[in-house]
Order: sequence, then structure tokens, then C-alpha cells
Amino acid sequence: MIRVHEIHKSFGVVRAVRGVSFQAPDGKITGLLGPNGAGKSTTLRVLYTVLKPDAGTASVDGADVVKDGLNARRRIGALPHGSGLYPHLTARENVAYFARLCGLDKAEIDDRVDEIVRLLEIEDFADRRTKGFSQGQRTKVSLARALVHDPQNVILDEPSNGLDVMATRSLRNLILKLKDAGRCVLFSSHVMQEVAALCDDICIIANGQVAIDDSVDGIRNRTGCDDLEDAFVKAIHMVRPD
Amino acid sequence: MRTTIVVFLKEILDNLRDRRTLASALIMGPIFGPVLFAFVINLSIERSLDDIERTMELPVIGQQHAPNLVRYLESRNIEVVDGPADAAAAIDAVKTGANDVVLIIPEQFGEQLQDTVPAKLELVSDQANTDAERDARRARGALYAYSQELAAVRLSARGVNPLVLRPLNIDEVDVSTPSGRSAMLLGMMSYFFIFAALMGGMYLAIDSTAGERERGSLEPLLCLPVTRDQLMLGKIAATCLFMMLSLSLSLVSFFIALKFMPLEQLGMTPNFSPRVMLAALLLFAPFILLGAALMTLVASFTKSYREAQTWLSVVLIAPTMPILIVSILTLRPRLEFMFVPSLSQHLLLVDMVKNEPVNNLHVVISVVSTLIFGALLTWICARLYRREGLLG
Repeated sequence: MIRVHEIHKSFGVVRAVRGVSFQAPDGKITGLLGPNGAGKSTTLRVLYTVLKPDAGTASVDGADVVKDGLNARRRIGALPHGSGLYPHLTARENVAYFARLCGLDKAEIDDRVDEIVRLLEIEDFADRRTKGFSQGQRTKVSLARALVHDPQNVILDEPSNGLDVMATRSLRNLILKLKDAGRCVLFSSHVMQEVAALCDDICIIANGQVAIDDSVDGIRNRTGCDDLEDAFVKAIHMVRPD
Repeated sequence: MRTTIVVFLKEILDNLRDRRTLASALIMGPIFGPVLFAFVINLSIERSLDDIERTMELPVIGQQHAPNLVRYLESRNIEVVDGPADAAAAIDAVKTGANDVVLIIPEQFGEQLQDTVPAKLELVSDQANTDAERDARRARGALYAYSQELAAVRLSARGVNPLVLRPLNIDEVDVSTPSGRSAMLLGMMSYFFIFAALMGGMYLAIDSTAGERERGSLEPLLCLPVTRDQLMLGKIAATCLFMMLSLSLSLVSFFIALKFMPLEQLGMTPNFSPRVMLAALLLFAPFILLGAALMTLVASFTKSYREAQTWLSVVLIAPTMPILIVSILTLRPRLEFMFVPSLSQHLLLVDMVKNEPVNNLHVVISVVSTLIFGALLTWICARLYRREGLLG
């Protein structure tokens, strides 16, 4: 369960996030949708405690991301935007390194790594060094790394970037599996169709503010647009300009 | 603690597989020093052996005009050979470097000697060319000596004691001990140890900050339930290990290389026993923490791998500054110098190698102050690592 309440974040004169609030409940998939530069990544980075909000609060399973960052991070598996791997380590070693840092037992680690390698279908290249991996392979390994400790809350920043059709499909299946397992999944995207196909709730962000936070049908109703793309465009014009 | 060890072990595995890191830790640092050192030593030996022992060739134009002079030169181990055709050719030959020095004996030389007017000789050399100047100096010295001998003969012939021409008798007493003379070379050596240590950890320091950020692996790492202090300490510890490895290898390679260098011919009798080498390792060990923290600190300010490399090459030079100043001013070890990292290690190493007594208080101050500086920089690194701006 992720709660975000009125968070603000500025970088110098750029006000990246201006009072964003939403909730992402367990057992549901929540999509953070918005055009490039809307403040999606900044919001997510506050959630996985890499950035501190200037104002407002956010919590993960009740752990405040500012005051209790360590505990908040324990409850999160995160895939930051443009995640990189260690090129001299194999895919499996990359995943195992994170498992160790998450405090998993020695005995547990091998089992968990095997399991996640199978789940993400990366057996074929699991024992190769990650140098020279394709974007899709890298994303899969990064995902495996983020999920290896079986976190209750999963935060994915534009996970489908650079993935081909097959990889996008298996990513979608994985996200649905997580939902069925009662996990809280929060992911960002700038592709309306992708979000609509997966999400129970969609939070549309534009210009650092929440335009609409509703279900797919709710968004259709409130914008009066049947076409999702039109609805998205209309929604982002609902926020006040600077 | 567990996290720090996990990070430490991962960095070691990662960097053992990185050819660039390995090359700089295991080859660059340890090999570069001894090779350059051997080069400088051999150069010095070549130069100092020169004077009397080596037979020097002197091209002379007009040998037939001064057979006595030619015989005199040959008695001084200067072999007279045929010179260029004429004076103009001689100047050309020296200018182009074909000859270092050419002596021209004019036709009138014999006559002028007989008439006891100053007999003219021309010595062509390029005084700006230090290498050629050695030969010129030797030729000049021989000619002056011949001139003095002639003067003495003339005075004697006139019933004057030739000693009137020698009002002073200067006797130089050189008190430098054989190993004292090598101070400059030894200064160079302490820098090579520092250089090797820093080279060994340079790529790790870059990799753990600018490198991880550029690769995009830093952000996922910071999302994990670990503190940034733990991550940073693990990385600095791994950097220290590689630096220690590089330093040890460099000491061993020096120890081996020095066995093949004819230091005695230079009048040097430095003490490079295994005991001194081990003491040097312990003496330089505190510098490793300081160096690792300093490099990590500098690299974490930079935006990219390349920028980090540029700045760290400045860091590689920084420890030479105090050593250079002290070597130029030939300062003796003093208490206050022991507070300066790199300088204190240098001075103590020089004392040990010169077989001079080492002041225990100095050692304690050197070790403690270097460790304090290192701890301080590590603390600053940790503070910097907590910044939001770390991700750039």
C-alpha cells in the first residue's frame, strides 16, 4: 500500500512536482500516466527514497519515506528509469548481489534467484556477463533484481521502454501475476493504451499536478471521451498552467 | 557490517574481471616505477663513469702543427682523430651534432709558441647542449692543464718558481656519505610507491561513484534497504585492498629490480633489505585509506567517468608537491613535517633506506596524522554520499 499526500519537489526554479496525491492499494495495479516531463519519475523517486520531497508526505505500508526510509525501502522493489547492470557480472550474479544486499540468507538466495530467473524467462542468458545485453535483456535482469526479495510493493518507472512485443507481453503477464499475488504494483508510462490494458486505477499527471485519478471507465466518463487517447489529451489540459 | 562486506566482495569480483582496473593495479603502478628508476640510474652511471675511464675521441684539425699537444692529449686518454676539412666544416659538424666538440690548431700555432705570444687554439662546441658539453669540458680541461704545464716550463727556464702561479691550493673535502648522495633518487622512489598505491585504486574509486552513476546502476542500488554509509564503506574498503595490492607488488618489483642495478658504481649503498621493504609497506599503509577516500571524494564530485579520470590525474600529482619542495630545498626531517601525509612517509623512508636512525616519535605522528586525515576524508565522503545530488 502506497500513499502519497500533497508532495512538492523543485529543482532550482523548475517545479517538477506540485502537490501530487494518490494511493496505490494492495492487490491492484496503479498506473502513473503523463507526458514526458510531467513529474512521474520525480514522484516515483520520492517513493523509493532517492529524493526528499520539499513538502508533503508519502508512505509505503505505513513507513514514512523521509523519516523511516530504510523500512520503506524494505517494503519496495524498484525499477528506476534507465536502470543499469554491472557489465562484468553475469545476470545471475547481478540478481544475487541485490538479494544479498536485501539481507536474504545464503540458502534462500540460490532458490530465490533460480525462481526469479525462471519467472522472467531469462534462463538462456542468466550465466552470461551482462556486457552487450540488449535493452530487453537488461530490463528483464533489472526486473529480476528488483523482485528477488519478493517485495510487497513494486514500483516500476517506464518498464516497457525499449521492449519488443514479446517482451512487453511477458512484462504484462508478470505484472498481472504480481497483482494476483496481492502485491501493490505502481508503474509509470506515457503510453495510454498500455496503462489502460493493465491498470485498475490510473493517475494522470501533467505539469507536476494530478489531472485525474480514476478507473479507466471513470476517466472516460469524466472527460466525455470514448477514445482513450482523446481522454488522455483532454485530461492533461484540465490542470492549471503555470 | 554484513552489507559492507557484501559490497566489498562484489567490488573485488567485479574489478578482478575488469582488465583496465587490473592493468593499472597490477602492471602500471608496480612496473612503471622500477622501469623509470632503472632508466634514471643507468643514465647517472653512464655519466659518472665518463670522466677518466672512458676514452674520449677528439676530432682535431691541423694535428701536424702541434705534435706535442697531440701527444699530451693522448696521455690524458683523449684519442685524437682526424677532424672535418676546415673551420667552417667544423662549425657545421658541431651545429648538426655530427661532432660534440672539434679542436682547431691554426698553422701559426708553433710559431706563436716559439715567440712566446699567446698561441691561438679554437675549440668549437655547443654550450647549450649539456650532453655534448661534457666532452667539451674535458677537452677544455686538458688544454688548460697543457697551458699550465707550458707556463711552468717557461717560468722555470727564466729562474722563477712555477708555484708563484699557484697562490691558492684548494682541496675539496666531500663529506656526503655514499648513500646520502642518492637522496634525489630516493625521493623519486617514495613517489613511485605513492603513485603505485593510487593507481591501484583509481579505477575503483571512479567506478564506485561516477561510473555507477553513468551506468545507471547507482539508483537501483540506493533503492535497496541498506544505508549509503554501508555502501560507501564497502567501496572504499575494496579500493583500499587494490591499492594495498598494487603497493605491495610495487615494493616487491623494486626489491627485485634494485638487485640488477649497479648502485655501488654510483657510490650508493642504500639499504633495501626485506626488513626495510616490509617497514615501508607498514609506513605507507595509512596513506592508503587517505588516498582511497581522497579519490572517492574527488570522483564523487564529477559528472562522468571521463571527468573523474581527468580530476584524478591531478590527484596523482598532488602528493609529489611536498616531496618535490623538500627535495629541492634539501630539508631534513623535522617534527612538523610528520603531520603532512606523503611528505612524512617520504622522509621516513629516506632515513630507513639511508640506514640512518629513525625517530620513533616521528613514525607515530606520521601514522596517526595520516590515519586521522584518512578518517576525516572518509567521513566527508559518507556525508557527500548522503546528498540527493549524488545521482546528478
